[in-house]
Amino acid sequence: MKQKDQALIFEMSKPGRRGGSLPENDVPDVNVEELLPADYVRQEEPELPEVSELQLVRHYTALSKRNFGIDSGFYPLGSCTMKYNPKINEVIARLPGLAHLHPYQPEPQVQGALRLMHELQASLAEITGMQEVTLQSAAGAHGEWTGLMMIRALHEANGETQRTKVIVPDSAHGTNPASAGVAGFDPVTVKTDERGLVDMDHLKEVTGEDTAALMLTNPNTLGLFEEDIVEMAEIIHNAGGKLYYDGANSNAIMGKATPGDMGFDVVHMNLHKTFTGPHGGGGPGSGPVGVKEELVPYLPRPLLVKDGEQYKWDYHRPDAIGRIKPFYGNFGINMRAYAYMRSMGSQGLHQVSENAVLNANYLRKRLEPYYDIPYPQYCKHEFVLSAKRQKKLGVRALDIAKRLLDYGFHPPTIYFPLNVEECMMVEPTETETKETLDDFADAMIAIAKEAEEDPDLVLEAPHETVISRLDETKAARQPVLRYQEQ
Amino acid sequence: MGQTHRYLPMTEDDRREMLETVGASDVAELFSDIPESVRPDAALNVGEALSEHALVDYFQSLAAENVSMKDHPTFLGAGVYDHHIPATVDAVISRSEFYTAYTPYQPEVSQGELQAIFEFQSMISTLTGMEMANSSMYDGHTALAEGALMAATQKRMKKKTILISETVHPEARDVVQTFVNGPGLTLETVPAQAGATDVKALKKSLTDDVAGVLVQYPNFYGTIEDLAALREAADEVDALLIVKSNPLALGMLTPPGEFGADVVVGDTQPFGIMGQYGGPHCGYFATKKAFMRKVPGRLVGETVDEEGQRGYVLTLQAREQHIRRDKATSNICSNQALNALASSVAMSAFGKHGVKDMAVRNMQKAHYAKQSLQAAGFSLVYDGAYFNEFVIDVGQAAERVNEALFSEGIIGGLDLGRFAGENDRHMLVCVTERRSKEEIDRLVDALQKHAG
Repeated sequence: MKQKDQALIFEMSKPGRRGGSLPENDVPDVNVEELLPADYVRQEEPELPEVSELQLVRHYTALSKRNFGIDSGFYPLGSCTMKYNPKINEVIARLPGLAHLHPYQPEPQVQGALRLMHELQASLAEITGMQEVTLQSAAGAHGEWTGLMMIRALHEANGETQRTKVIVPDSAHGTNPASAGVAGFDPVTVKTDERGLVDMDHLKEVTGEDTAALMLTNPNTLGLFEEDIVEMAEIIHNAGGKLYYDGANSNAIMGKATPGDMGFDVVHMNLHKTFTGPHGGGGPGSGPVGVKEELVPYLPRPLLVKDGEQYKWDYHRPDAIGRIKPFYGNFGINMRAYAYMRSMGSQGLHQVSENAVLNANYLRKRLEPYYDIPYPQYCKHEFVLSAKRQKKLGVRALDIAKRLLDYGFHPPTIYFPLNVEECMMVEPTETETKETLDDFADAMIAIAKEAEEDPDLVLEAPHETVISRLDETKAARQPVLRYQEQ
Repeated sequence: MGQTHRYLPMTEDDRREMLETVGASDVAELFSDIPESVRPDAALNVGEALSEHALVDYFQSLAAENVSMKDHPTFLGAGVYDHHIPATVDAVISRSEFYTAYTPYQPEVSQGELQAIFEFQSMISTLTGMEMANSSMYDGHTALAEGALMAATQKRMKKKTILISETVHPEARDVVQTFVNGPGLTLETVPAQAGATDVKALKKSLTDDVAGVLVQYPNFYGTIEDLAALREAADEVDALLIVKSNPLALGMLTPPGEFGADVVVGDTQPFGIMGQYGGPHCGYFATKKAFMRKVPGRLVGETVDEEGQRGYVLTLQAREQHIRRDKATSNICSNQALNALASSVAMSAFGKHGVKDMAVRNMQKAHYAKQSLQAAGFSLVYDGAYFNEFVIDVGQAAERVNEALFSEGIIGGLDLGRFAGENDRHMLVCVTERRSKEEIDRLVDALQKHAG
């Protein structure tokens, strides 16, 4: 059922209302304007809303009802690992002894926080097979850039400044080439072959003296394990390059394969994906970076170390790439991830990957008769399907995605990876029941039938959401990026 | 596995039925494509699974090893502030429709998040006096670094020098240095004079190669920079003026936009975000419309649906990594959406006049503390106008003084020796609206006792 447009909070504003209070003023009142140079006293107050506390709460409650989260329903968004975000993690993250710490409190006052971080680093090193981990990067893309800056520093230290190229598969996450660019490298694309894996001949062709690194997600974004990984590592290493592991898909391999053993030299993990730091509608995330021994000197400043029984920050790191973030990373997300890891334990994490992979294979198999599955082999935690068949009927992946909304599901990732036509990338995760997977499969099958029998029903979808399809062209051509009083 | 884990719903029957559908004999078969040599020799070693009860016990034991700002008055600031957080903030960000959602890729079921971000962009724009703002950045320091990169790309990489004032937060200067190393820009530091940017020195550093001038307002030492003079200087070589600002201070101070700043960045932590040992907080990035297509990160725009109803979408995505790949304006993907929401709620709760009142309250408390400290014989290191932070000379190592203060239950100000050895007697004192007169008096007494 359609709801009326939700007014902007500015439109509810009425002069004289307030939605919060301030601590009492118990110091002598002074006219602070006299403490400032005249030109520096703000003359016009900002146009912030004036609403009562109840208005404020109702407004945001109304907005929340116009939003879909994991708790609302199945969210099989590929490469995003939309698994259950445990409630207890939210309780833990708000414990006053963890939430209300200032980053400049002296180390003896924050030993518990440092211990937590040190233990998390050790666990991530264990899972990834790396020597040392930094928790400082704020998200996956930030981790990628951090790792590439370290690889660059290593090559420069070895006098190999000609290594300017970073090889990235055509199926890679968009952040990979973007991070390479921001780190000062030129990305080079390596093709995917008919198996859905890196084309080995092409890899050999593009690898050379100018290769700084190969960035790889394994399993890749098609959900397939790059089974030639050992040979790939040899090719890159023999050419003097390094291997970078994009950990966005690590939910598939915990306890099953270790990036360090695969030959990777640098790894980032998306704690907001595999380790349930909630996504928050687009962050905050956390993207810790692990490295093998050779790269340890280049880890960003400061590095957390254990000195006897005391934890402390080591700032004296002459070869470090520098500082990448204020303070020590997204501690609030890191502690949620650690709480999740401890709640699962070694066995549990292993089980997570097994169940995630079985769920994905099950859904793939159930959809196979109705949609094109470009790569028929076993997938890992996610798989791609193509709406090629439906496109012939005039129904595209986008339309199927919109129709899924009517069935109460969040759609899969669409039109990614770029090398699959009318691509839909499905990642069910391990926290979903078989019943939910079946409901989703039934909906997908029903839509495939609708595409044949009543395509307009799909083309005009969604029918059940608070708003219909939005005019994105208008948004981009005549940008309105803020509220302005009429 | 023995007992079924509370987060894993697959039963033995499910597993059997699903394997049958898949056509695999067992789960191991699904992993048969993983070469033997990359399989772990032993099981992972991250400990046994903990029950919810044991988990909370464990984290409580970690929390107990820390000293919470909630139990001790703190005079630490320098980018992270102990402000009042309205209860409404946690009520809103605890709604799981917000915190368990991904980036709003499907606008029809993400109107709540999209509208909330649109409102955040609007609030930041008005507060900074800028035409537009993005949906958030990781934090204030990386936002400043992205500003530096944007200045260079705006000048088509023909100008490759960035000037940064010594009065910008030292960690922010470090972050900017690391970021500009990527595209190979040169970062030069402009010295300070009496706790503010030395405008004469800045003018001497200006060359045609300067793409951007980076300053902080109020600056790291709490001093209010002369933005008018800095704008004029940057104009001499057609460089962008990029200002990092504590958004709360802008409730009282003339916004950088009115001085003609090209980019205003900062961190909205003062509005509704807990300290959390330094993160996650929430960077903001505000600029002029002229730079709209160069802006890093997500932007939400207003549009209409097929029936003409108003709605919101992610827009101008051609700038972004998932479309433009290596030609993107930035590699940022996840940002700080939930914290932007927290700050929006706090800004709305305080409201148009409340934000100013809060800024005024900070100035009054800081002023009282400054006068009391001066009366007690402590000298102010810099004498310029300030907001809620200022630097005093404690006459001996500030680190030792802080230890003594803590023995009296007070978390003292920031020891500036941490960043520059020669400043080891300088303490950056921050006083927010949460510090009572009694707490300020206690600080003054304790300082007099231990450092007087």
